[in-house]
Amino acid sequence: TSGAMAAVCGRGLLAPLGGRLRAGPRAPLRFVAAAAAPPLYDVVVSGGGMVGSAMAAVLGHDIHFHDKKIALLEAGPRKEYDRMPDSYSNRVSSISPGSATLLSSFGAWDHICSMRLKPFRRMQVWDACSEAMIVFEKDDLDDMGYIVENDVIMSALTKQLDAVADRVEVFYRSRAVGYTWPLPSHSCDTSPWVQIELPDGRRLQTKLLIGADGHNSVVRKEAEIKNIEHQYDQSAVVATLHLSEATDNNVAWQRFLPTGPIALLPLSDTASSLVWSTSHEHASELLAMDEESFVDSINSAFWSNVNHSDLIDTAGAMFRSAISLLRPSGTAVRQLPPSVAKVDPESRAVFPLGMGHATEYVQHRVALIGDAAHRVHPLAGQGVNLGFGDIACLAHHLSAAAFNGSDLGSLKHLLKFETERQRHNVSLIAAIDVLKRLYSTRLAPLVLLRTWGLQATNALPPVKVRI
Amino acid sequence: CFSRISADMKYAYELHDIQLALFRLTTKRRFSTSVDSKEMKKFQLLAHKWWDEEGEYSALHSMNDIRVPFIRDTLLNMSSNYHLGNPLSGVKILDVGCGGGLLSEPLGRLGASVTGIDPLEDNIRTADQHKSFDPVLAKRIQYKSSSLEEIVEECMETFDVIVASEVVEHVADLETFIKCCSQALKPEGSLFITTINKTQLSYVLGIVVAEKIIGIVPEGTHEWEKFVPPEELERLLESNGFSVKTVNGMLYNPLSGSWSWMESTSINYAMHAVKSGARGQSSPTDALSEMESEQPSATAGTAI
Repeated sequence: TSGAMAAVCGRGLLAPLGGRLRAGPRAPLRFVAAAAAPPLYDVVVSGGGMVGSAMAAVLGHDIHFHDKKIALLEAGPRKEYDRMPDSYSNRVSSISPGSATLLSSFGAWDHICSMRLKPFRRMQVWDACSEAMIVFEKDDLDDMGYIVENDVIMSALTKQLDAVADRVEVFYRSRAVGYTWPLPSHSCDTSPWVQIELPDGRRLQTKLLIGADGHNSVVRKEAEIKNIEHQYDQSAVVATLHLSEATDNNVAWQRFLPTGPIALLPLSDTASSLVWSTSHEHASELLAMDEESFVDSINSAFWSNVNHSDLIDTAGAMFRSAISLLRPSGTAVRQLPPSVAKVDPESRAVFPLGMGHATEYVQHRVALIGDAAHRVHPLAGQGVNLGFGDIACLAHHLSAAAFNGSDLGSLKHLLKFETERQRHNVSLIAAIDVLKRLYSTRLAPLVLLRTWGLQATNALPPVKVRI
Repeated sequence: CFSRISADMKYAYELHDIQLALFRLTTKRRFSTSVDSKEMKKFQLLAHKWWDEEGEYSALHSMNDIRVPFIRDTLLNMSSNYHLGNPLSGVKILDVGCGGGLLSEPLGRLGASVTGIDPLEDNIRTADQHKSFDPVLAKRIQYKSSSLEEIVEECMETFDVIVASEVVEHVADLETFIKCCSQALKPEGSLFITTINKTQLSYVLGIVVAEKIIGIVPEGTHEWEKFVPPEELERLLESNGFSVKTVNGMLYNPLSGSWSWMESTSINYAMHAVKSGARGQSSPTDALSEMESEQPSATAGTAI
């Protein structure tokens, strides 16, 4: 046949693949008679958070997966969301229009809209050390994004998983305790599938394992995929706040303080969600102080000009007038953020921040999505959107592979997913990390740099659109 | 099978042919005229390498990316049924020269019932072993170590589709091969062939460059003399009751390791032919299909 190729040339190019087809750390299972073999799934998603559940739901609703078997493993119990509580949850996410499109592709967005969400039209980002400001908004006054409580998203995803229960089996209270990887080339009698052991001793086999188990991903560790990670010396304080007066609350506010960015995300016309990234000590103080002092700290963080210096103010003003000569529309109107009156009791919480990026997103029969693959600082509101972007890309490639009758765990299409997503993610993740570091200082030269940079970026439409 | 043959004079001619063929088969059972024993030896050595996606057969693995959609889309266009998730459900396919089952498995995953045959027992062993781990495939695919003639004996007019991919350039007698395909196919069944053209270009690229210079094909795998030009293949098909519907050129890029469609059939090409509905009769549909085969099929060309 024309295809009998001893790929001397091809092998050289494919050498990097050789390292992906790893032998597992444990001895591979010897193949037992078919009757005793554990159930075989086409895809198993490990991790039932927002990204894992959405991945399973998207595949479950894909027409080319109509006759396939999918499993979702979630460590926690099944949560019922029959009634929505009146108070807002303190964990919210900023959902981009692209993520909203993905969620509506399998019917979850309708559920979210029938529960509650807050669209925002504008994002104002400014510096505590200067007057520099950047405003993001769409020309056609469309929604820029949506603030949705994580519980609302999970409720919608659970409903859509129930809708395809004949294809997607959800295992609750089932954090996998062990994974066994297949050997790359076929040796005679070892199973070519990934073996998964559940806490109750049951075993599953799967053609493709998708790791969606968060930034401390066990799938990633067991697959021995190297992770570049860095703990920031920052924690994020979250809380649900009530505004002093009802307003057309459709702007997301973020101010870069020297200790870290503080953000106010609209939940309704009278309530907003707080995400305040700051040093660990300050975070503990904020958590411990009484409610009045907490509210005062927030207002002062947004309104006070104590960090300004004359030098920076003058330099900033000069630059602004220069810009308004060259690009009259390049300076936007500065809006004033709302002031906060009260905080929901019991709504204050804190969690540590870090960044991480897996060097590989895929291996033979394994793919990582969401925080398992990449972890970012919340300052850009991108975390879960990157995860949803991963889902859209991986589902596209898996759907095409299923329609071609391919082996779902084959590296060929998994690598296409990895290349596409790394190309998109790496620059964004690096930029977020740089921004975080750039804005963590009071040093004049850097403040000047970022002031002018921010003002320039605000004046340049092409750059803003990309962001 | 013979109880169906009528005593009508019109069929006496064919009865005579069949009796002759039977006689040939019974006396030369192990030496079918479509199998070339020299060719078999070449593949014996590589019988265990089939499923290494980056090994000797990597180009055949990546050929699935264009030949499976080609077969799938052609069949979907011809039928009005569509089973969600199993586009080829209910289709009976014969994969001739299936090797380790590289093409049988994707067709099985798409819902077809596949019979894969190969004269080499080691290949069949490898194929059987590979499908055994997947219960769905194990049921849908049957492998047999046999030649095409042996299968035809048992299975006259049983298959909806026959696939002969990268095979006809290795058979001893192409016309016999085509006649057997015709006998095994149901009327209006489809025959898919992929093979290499016999041109100066295919000699330079397919043998000199591929085998001797870059070395992506083991030396001696191909004999340029046995390459089949599409015009000759078409002629043989048309004169044996087939109507050629589509011919498309294929191109392999050794740098990316991937295949794509191209206008020119001067190196590799794929052909789709349909067995005529009535036995040995030329019909208006044949004349129509002659015209169709002049134009490249829209679906196949945009398969990628």
